Amino acid sequence: MPLTSEWARAWVIESARVIAENRVELTALDRPIGDGDHGENMNRGFAAVMLKIDDVIDGTPADVFKLVAMTLISTVGGAAGPLYGTGYLKAAGAVAGRDELDGEAIVAMYRAARDGVVLRGKAEVGEKTMIDAWTPAVNAAADAHAAGKSEREILLAAAEAAENGAVATEPLIARKGRASYLGERAIGHRDPGAQSSALLLRAAADVADA
Amino acid sequence: MSVGLVIVSHSDKIAVGIGELAVQMAPTTRVVPAGGLDDGAIGTSFEKITRAIAEADAGAGVVLLCDLGSAILTAETALDFLADDQRQRVVIADAPIVEGAVAAAVAAETGGDLADVVTAAESANRPGGEAQEAPAQTNEGASSEALTARTTLVNKDGLHARPAADFVKRASDFEAAVTVNGVNAKSLLRIMSLGLGVGSELTLSASGPDAQDALDALVELIGSGFGEA
Repeated sequence: MPLTSEWARAWVIESARVIAENRVELTALDRPIGDGDHGENMNRGFAAVMLKIDDVIDGTPADVFKLVAMTLISTVGGAAGPLYGTGYLKAAGAVAGRDELDGEAIVAMYRAARDGVVLRGKAEVGEKTMIDAWTPAVNAAADAHAAGKSEREILLAAAEAAENGAVATEPLIARKGRASYLGERAIGHRDPGAQSSALLLRAAADVADA
Repeated sequence: MSVGLVIVSHSDKIAVGIGELAVQMAPTTRVVPAGGLDDGAIGTSFEKITRAIAEADAGAGVVLLCDLGSAILTAETALDFLADDQRQRVVIADAPIVEGAVAAAVAAETGGDLADVVTAAESANRPGGEAQEAPAQTNEGASSEALTARTTLVNKDGLHARPAADFVKRASDFEAAVTVNGVNAKSLLRIMSLGLGVGSELTLSASGPDAQDALDALVELIGSGFGEA
């Protein structure tokens, strides 16, 4: 499907579905290295988004992302709320006024989202956070766009890079968030935020395929 | 019009409890709790923090004290959404939430401005509180000679939090720079860090136009046993 407001809403609906489906796994990832609530918190946030998604049926993609941002900030209740909320808000800003996104807009949107998460959480690559999924995704999207790939291929490249990035958090020592209190005991555990980021970016590609 | 405080915690009970503790020492200061989610569960709520900032702000500014991780992230996000003019007078203190809140509340209660209250809160980060302050030399030079007085603590529990707060509030009534055993008498955390118990010898030193009045008032307060005998 073209990357219109309909795609943006489909992405959000698919995000809500995969977060609900994986909430137990996300919480299980969070339990040994965090406070064991990431899956439930994200699910609460996206369930709240689903109650309001029809409010933006006539909106632009930016309107959809802004709704997600404000709802996650208000309802997630953990660090993921302000982190993802700021990410979606910056993403909305990057595509403001557009009815349909092209490859350049996708790259700009993902980059803005990543920068928003960095602004809020002040994490860098290699610190076992969401950024370890997001930065490879942004780079892969930019490379795919530079190589002249289609929008669908750009989204796929970002999704795969995010998944690899999430897996690559397993051997890392955490430097941010509650996992950082654990030192070397965090080694061997995948970061739950990187995992949920990979799920969301996979959802974006999946619905574009439909 | 004084600076207000917002206590941001994952737990409603922690936020409310710290508010009660702070208000005991600073009864007229607005200390607004913003703990837990809207339904009382553990977490931090953007809406609660935003409402608390509005309630705490009388125009002189608001200082936020936060507990773990997402409390700070959610508070920072709430600040991003304030109108520019209000944003300028809302500050997240980099301070431990309990000690910072108590020190900030006493600083607000004694008429401190936004910067004073932030400094008081953040003094809780340093062992021993704020940097050592000698009695300030007045610029005029004429009345800069420090007056001193010696006395003994008579109340049985010594200068614990409540009497220390009374002491700081009394000292803050005067323009004079006052020290007690070498530390700033207007800094709650400095006073408490002296660990003064019953029978401790105190040396008060004051300089400034009302130095003698300040010493008299503080010696009288110490001699009264802070109502504890």
